[in-house]
Amino acid sequence: MATSTDTATTDTRGSESDRKPPGKPTAPWLKTLRTYTGVAIIVIWGLGPFYWMGVTAFRDLQFTFDTTPWPTHVTWDNFETVFSTARGNHFGRALVNSVIISGLTTIVSMVVGVFTAYALARLEFRGKFIILGFVLAASMFPGVALITPLFELFTNIGWFGTYQALVIPDISFALPLTIYVLTAFFRDMPWELEEAAKIDGASPGQAFRLVILPLAAPGIFTAAILAFITAWNEFTIASQLSSDETQPVTVAIASFAGAQPHVEPYTAVMAAGFVVTVPLIVMVLAFQRRIVAGLTAGGVKG
Amino acid sequence: MSTETTDAIASTEETPPAEPERASIDPHQTRRAWLLIAPTLVTLAVVIGYPVVRAIWMSFQSDETIDPQTGLFVEGGFAGLENYAHWILQQCGGQACPPGTNAASFWDTVFITLGFTVVTVAIELVLGFWFAIIMNGTFRGRGLVRAAVLIPWAIPTAVTAKLWYFIFAFDGIANSLMGTSIVWFSDKWAARAAIVISDVWKTTPFMALLILAGLQLIGQDVHEAAKVDGASAWQRFWHITLPLVKPAVVVALLFRTLDVLRIFDLPYIMTGGGAGDGNDTTTLSILVVNEIRSGFNSAAALSTLTFLLIFAVAFVFIKVLGADLSQDVKER
Repeated sequence: MATSTDTATTDTRGSESDRKPPGKPTAPWLKTLRTYTGVAIIVIWGLGPFYWMGVTAFRDLQFTFDTTPWPTHVTWDNFETVFSTARGNHFGRALVNSVIISGLTTIVSMVVGVFTAYALARLEFRGKFIILGFVLAASMFPGVALITPLFELFTNIGWFGTYQALVIPDISFALPLTIYVLTAFFRDMPWELEEAAKIDGASPGQAFRLVILPLAAPGIFTAAILAFITAWNEFTIASQLSSDETQPVTVAIASFAGAQPHVEPYTAVMAAGFVVTVPLIVMVLAFQRRIVAGLTAGGVKG
Repeated sequence: MSTETTDAIASTEETPPAEPERASIDPHQTRRAWLLIAPTLVTLAVVIGYPVVRAIWMSFQSDETIDPQTGLFVEGGFAGLENYAHWILQQCGGQACPPGTNAASFWDTVFITLGFTVVTVAIELVLGFWFAIIMNGTFRGRGLVRAAVLIPWAIPTAVTAKLWYFIFAFDGIANSLMGTSIVWFSDKWAARAAIVISDVWKTTPFMALLILAGLQLIGQDVHEAAKVDGASAWQRFWHITLPLVKPAVVVALLFRTLDVLRIFDLPYIMTGGGAGDGNDTTTLSILVVNEIRSGFNSAAALSTLTFLLIFAVAFVFIKVLGADLSQDVKER
């Protein structure tokens, strides 16, 4: 990085013709105004549509298309509709299904992935780049390419619509993601402590368990959150391989039925979306720094 | 520049390489490493390896057909490249597939998918860069901004689809704000625009965060030095910022391109793959799902073509644009 920096600077300095006399500097107030306008746009971008979902979720069905920007005709009715099973919707069950599917996916991915990440971050061995390439290729793999063979397989062995039929394909993207994030975290840990523990007589296993694991806990936690959110948000595979009994919330929302056929029950769907999203948002807000670090850890090279 | 994110990312980069003297490979360590990796390999072999091999095998088999004489199902047997010809040459049993079949829309679907990819990623790149530059500045309320950009990322795509379906409803807020009366999901271009807007909304923050992390690696001193030397803001952006964030941008582009190439949830939920009753918003992933109902083997051929396309694009990115995803590891 140092080299390229020098080059860039030299380039700028070298080309005399490009050099402009230091012009009138931008007024500080104008700069501030520009920054805060941009900040306002970003905040509205992120929060605006979500806010609108919230407002609609609490709005009376009769006033679905009311465009008043603040909450009007506030009611809890939509949430009752969401959890009511009268029209064949099983949203409560779908919520439980999502917790089961995402939970199992996360646990399996973490248990399996943590060892691989340790080896990739910490050990020098033959074939390391092949493994790394393998994990990367797996993370780019299109989920839809799994559906056809798995659809056939699960139908043949009677697993169609079971939890394992949904967890297995989810692992295909949760595990590479877990390995990716964990490897990045493990690479930056103070490993000299491990050496110190070994000098003090700890076995490699003990050094890992007693010294490294507690230090790695935040990274492991972040990887688990990312895996959980990704599995929670999965729709493609679940839309094809789940049954009514095992469908997760994403599928339940997409097929949410209203009072009349062909009339979208917008307010209830927004309420359902609100229920699904709020726990994620609380989690994201609570761990935002770690999540940003985890999301960008794999992608950025200095 | 003093938030914890910055610190976390900065410290990532400043950590000295862990014991470079370990360069020589110790066979004992190799054995231990492979033991640690074995569970992952076994798992990936089951969840990805098996389906891939099976899909490729299926793609060379004929679909079961109903014998016109007996009315019974007959095993298809080896089909050679028939399933691939079915898609690429749009051949149905030796003649051109009739319009309205999945195969007849193959090339339309390919171009629709590529179109979504190019347009969405281009818009996201520009907006994401702009967001990142703003977020890299000094201002009050960094926490709020970071939280705001994470919200579209955290909302499940299925919910995003429903949310924007509501926003783009005929009586919805989009028409109301713009003073238009567009029937968004009946016109093919309006429907495509709605899908692009929803995807851009959801994923620009991710792009911005990746670019921001790249921007934060550039020391303020570099900019100061260039400023002293009389470089204009534009020159500093073009000659300093851009070359230095290029690796981060290329990786972000790669991730997003591969994501949009397999886009399914948004067009499937918002339009079911068509505007009105056409297939003007059918992407490759939707076509695969539609085809499963017609025949496993032809669907397997189509999904094989889809992942070949995705790997070809990834290969181009890595070879031509130099997306280096494993640089950190190679350095060690």
